[in-house]
Amino acid sequence: MRIHQKTSYDDDINLFEDHRQAMWYALLLIAAIAIPLVLDPFRLGDLASMLIWAIAGMGLMVLAGHTGQPSLGHAAFLACGAYMEAWLNNHGVPFLLSLPLSGLFAGVVGALIAVPALRMSGIYLAIATLAIGIVAEDVIVLLDPVTGGVSGTSVGPVNLFGYEIDRYVNPAAFYWLCLGVTVIVTLGYANLLRSATGRSFLAIRDSEVSAKAMGINVARTKTLAFFLSCFATGLAGALMAHYIGSFNYETFLITVSIQMLLMIVVGGMGSIHGAFFGAAVYVYLPQFITAIRQGITNNAIPGLDTGIFAAVLIAIIIIEPLGINGRWLKTRAWFQLFPLARRDMFRRQKSYLKTERMR
Amino acid sequence: MEIAQLVLGGIAGGCVYGLVALGFVLIYKATESVNFAQGDMMMLGAFVTLQFVNTAYWGMNFWVGVCLAVIVMAVVGYLMEALVIRRLFGQPQFAIVILTIAIGFVLRFFAGFIWGYEPLSLDTPFAGQNVQFAGLAIGVDEIFVIGVTIALTLALYLFFARTKLGMAMQASSQNQLAAYYMGVPVKRVHGLVWALSGGIATIAGVLFAARGSIDPNLGLLGIKAFAAAVIGGFGSLPGALAGGLIVGLVEPFAGRYIASGYSQIAPYAVMLVVLVLRPNGLFAQVQSKKV
Amino acid sequence: MSLFVADNLSKHFGGVKAVDGVSFTVEEGEVFTIVGPNGAGKSTIFNLISRFYDCTTGTMTFDGHDITNAQPHEIIRHGIARTFQNIELFDHSTVLQNLLVGRHSRRKSNVVSNLFFLPWVRQEERDHRAAVEAVIEFLDLQAYRDKMIAGLPYGVRKIVEIGRALACGPKLLLLDEPASGLSVEETQDVAYWIEDMQKDMGLTVLMVEHDMKLVSQVSTRVLAMADGKPIAVGTPVEVQSHPKVIEAYLGMGAAA
Repeated sequence: MRIHQKTSYDDDINLFEDHRQAMWYALLLIAAIAIPLVLDPFRLGDLASMLIWAIAGMGLMVLAGHTGQPSLGHAAFLACGAYMEAWLNNHGVPFLLSLPLSGLFAGVVGALIAVPALRMSGIYLAIATLAIGIVAEDVIVLLDPVTGGVSGTSVGPVNLFGYEIDRYVNPAAFYWLCLGVTVIVTLGYANLLRSATGRSFLAIRDSEVSAKAMGINVARTKTLAFFLSCFATGLAGALMAHYIGSFNYETFLITVSIQMLLMIVVGGMGSIHGAFFGAAVYVYLPQFITAIRQGITNNAIPGLDTGIFAAVLIAIIIIEPLGINGRWLKTRAWFQLFPLARRDMFRRQKSYLKTERMR
Repeated sequence: MEIAQLVLGGIAGGCVYGLVALGFVLIYKATESVNFAQGDMMMLGAFVTLQFVNTAYWGMNFWVGVCLAVIVMAVVGYLMEALVIRRLFGQPQFAIVILTIAIGFVLRFFAGFIWGYEPLSLDTPFAGQNVQFAGLAIGVDEIFVIGVTIALTLALYLFFARTKLGMAMQASSQNQLAAYYMGVPVKRVHGLVWALSGGIATIAGVLFAARGSIDPNLGLLGIKAFAAAVIGGFGSLPGALAGGLIVGLVEPFAGRYIASGYSQIAPYAVMLVVLVLRPNGLFAQVQSKKV
Repeated sequence: MSLFVADNLSKHFGGVKAVDGVSFTVEEGEVFTIVGPNGAGKSTIFNLISRFYDCTTGTMTFDGHDITNAQPHEIIRHGIARTFQNIELFDHSTVLQNLLVGRHSRRKSNVVSNLFFLPWVRQEERDHRAAVEAVIEFLDLQAYRDKMIAGLPYGVRKIVEIGRALACGPKLLLLDEPASGLSVEETQDVAYWIEDMQKDMGLTVLMVEHDMKLVSQVSTRVLAMADGKPIAVGTPVEVQSHPKVIEAYLGMGAAA
């Protein structure tokens, strides 16, 4: 059993509990940096894709997990980032400028959408964002001159300090680029959570009434949450544009939005870890399924991936509402308390639902 | 004349949306959860009917097949509640939203696995028959769709307003614990509601199949029915039907008078406008919380 | 000059006059209690002061500022903090985080400095934390500091609510039935705390409460209400023996 003794306020403010935990994350980062030395380009591409989805997941997590505003249309902001990046890149804007601009564009669109969305809550917001996701598909097609309509658009290699980084020509460099953006977004997210802004998000999620009484400007804070969420999602969209090279509206279908939400639920709502766990499941589960199916039959079964992904999700929601991250925390707590952990420690309290029609 | 035809087709289409929306509202009214799989239940209901009725499959009499399909889907709805949804009893709305989305994906996969992804059409006794009325060619299928919808809505409305079970359903959604204390068997009531909405989904599926072909992705139509339910205020049965009709009418007219690309977005645009003007729908049920 | 002045406050919901022409003043440093039967309009007055409701008529002045048309989130910046009758805590956060949200109105850093966690943000966090620790010390919440609200007993949550309101260092504290649902011992603790707040911290308290023992123990003045109208103001003893108050509580027969 480990006992953690806090000796100053900084122990609660610091990113890591103690040196031990900091060391583990440092090791993880070193491993992540070194991995292109041992991994083949194909697998490295998967890993880059996982990081991109993790960024997108973190974006959605800010909104759905921490501010309590579920969005079922986040692929629209992914599209904002991707198309903006493609347009800027094709006009010769360097990546260091075009990446934040793409994020900013998505963020501003998100903040604009937040204005009417502010007055909605719960199920109405979910359905409104769903509608936005669907309308976005059609808007992409209708904006033919910029987006290339149905046939889509393509984007060249990343232009960083005069070097050209192409996903296929130098996969390691592209992976490091994704890793760099991931680390920056993760740090920003963690900082947010340990400061006043993050607390105001949580406050709005749990009780808007008392958030107001505590001096939180609910409308402004929600708009801010939308902006930050869409900004991060837009960054992911920009990286994704370079990852897939050419794309059209079908890359950002409403099902992608829904799967993004399912992804962070699988990973664990309300935690940064959850976004990463979710992205890992989202990217690697289909490969795992394909590998197993090939052991049984050689015929491809259409829709098998999503079917099993959904079934796994159902199991997770029933068994572990806090997702993979919840299970991970419990396992860790079990080891930290060893041998004092008891079975009933994590038992769910019986709860009854009261109407949510009262807001 | 062209307008009259558009209106008629719009109403018939709107009835199907309205019925799916009715399924949403039913479950929402009684359990306060939103079933995102309602569209997929409709799809499954249509396929089950097709399995019973079509000559390529079991070739039963149409009406017998429909009745059997309704029963089968009611059982499916009940089992879904009893085996899966009930595990999340008392959890927040959002968890159930996610759960039902996932169930929808699974249902879609099953339907695709069994019946394939090629569009199929249901054998109905009134396919291609027309009635001439005031110079209009009215399809018998359209009359069928409109008639069934009106009857069903009326029956459900009376059920909630007049019967004890209907009121118990309403009570259990407002406050589960209080409903328990008043002797309402909340869990059984939930099971019954899901069974009922499974049955309604099947009828909606049959009505849709009467006018077009079906495939496993039909469930996405449920999203349009969401627009209908939201316009109607989510929680009002007549509102759901009204919303369905609005969506059904907006679609063909937008396609005809603006541009064909807009018929898809128009219902959502209407819904977003309604939500912006009245954030809780036209027939709102949300009140502000007392502190 | 009085710290808080309510002049001719009314709130009508359709035809129902929940609060009807109520005027009162709260002097600096006193404990002012509003009593009355259910439906007398006590909580409505709190919601008017918090600006969750708009006044139908009347004005409110606090510390020389007119707050009749302020935004709900601005109220705490004027120095008015409140608790809720049916506990409105942030359930999925720890006690510490809840109290830190109570410091929100004192925040100076913005979102950009938060994202980068610049050095002064850390210093600000330390200052907030020191202020919150003082509240934890005062209310004896040390044992619950890192516990989730969702798992805490009712009595503790009630105290955490008071702590959250205290954390911002208000001038006027609104307590909405602080003792409802508490045991006799817990109610006694609340009474001591209110006395300490008044005497040691120099706080002014405006309270709605049903427990007459608590009311007479801590209140400087009491306002009795019935059916949205004020019926008596004075010391606890005066109000309790006022014939109209007895009538409102016990009905016509007892007064006769």
